[in-house]
Amino acid sequence: MSTALPLALFVVMGAVLALGLRHDPKVLPSMLINRPVPVFDLPGLAAGEANLKSDAFKGKGLTLINVFASWCVSCREEHPLLMRISKDARFKLVGLNWKDSNGDAAKYLETYGNPYAQIGTDQSGRAGIDLGVSGAPETFAVDAQGRVRLRIPGALTPEIWDKQIEPLIKEAEKAS
Amino acid sequence: MIRALFLALTMMLAAVPAHAVMPDEMLKDPALEARARVIGQELRCLVCQNQSIDDSDATLARDLRVLVRERISAGDSDAKVLDFVVQRYGNYVLLKPPVQGNTLLLWFLPFGLMALGLGLALIYLRQQPMADDEALKEE
Repeated sequence: MSTALPLALFVVMGAVLALGLRHDPKVLPSMLINRPVPVFDLPGLAAGEANLKSDAFKGKGLTLINVFASWCVSCREEHPLLMRISKDARFKLVGLNWKDSNGDAAKYLETYGNPYAQIGTDQSGRAGIDLGVSGAPETFAVDAQGRVRLRIPGALTPEIWDKQIEPLIKEAEKAS
Repeated sequence: MIRALFLALTMMLAAVPAHAVMPDEMLKDPALEARARVIGQELRCLVCQNQSIDDSDATLARDLRVLVRERISAGDSDAKVLDFVVQRYGNYVLLKPPVQGNTLLLWFLPFGLMALGLGLALIYLRQQPMADDEALKEE
């Protein structure tokens, strides 16, 4: 008894801590999962470009909203992947240019290529706050009902793509 | 030498934690600004996660400070302002987590462990007293 109790406590604590190690504290749960995408109406990047509106995602299959900025280093990291997937017609990729200047953003896309079907500019960062963005890059998947299905904080990787986004694309394809 | 040391000590003691709140963000009404400060200290900065938005120089923290002041100016109660931010970022932004189902362990486990420890200590002490008395006598 006298040795069994500390041992049992040790095993329980060890198990709890081991589970804790698997949990990445930087990945925050999103409040928006399965809820309608917050309302926004953001001016386009180039003059004369249409506004990016939150109600435009309904009935359009899957839309990926990628939060990016020219000042964001990890955005450059994921940019080649974005360029690659921009050719995929199974979903629409739109950009949310977050807390950036239009000039810098335009130059950035000129240098690295523009993967986005449409871009909304959020200079004040207010739409980002409504989406619960904690930093760029961040990617949201919005389904045909206009609900947020997924939030990926940080740069997209091929692994995240295969495991989390590809199933959503398949699901959207089945639904349409 | 001693004066220099004294000066250095005084300066260290005078170095209170700096607030990141900039004069241009502040509300004109001191009462409202005081409320914004209290709220700001309760909200976690999403970028540097162990600082409050009041202490952080991150631009997102600044945006949230401005947002808090906007809500206050619009007549929201403190609870409503906090709720506005929680709606977007979840309970995680609260530096002091609310007492609710999934935080009961967090709030009450320390007290439970203390009671357990005290209980065990008491049982242990009750088993020992005679031995201690005898040890004293032998000296």
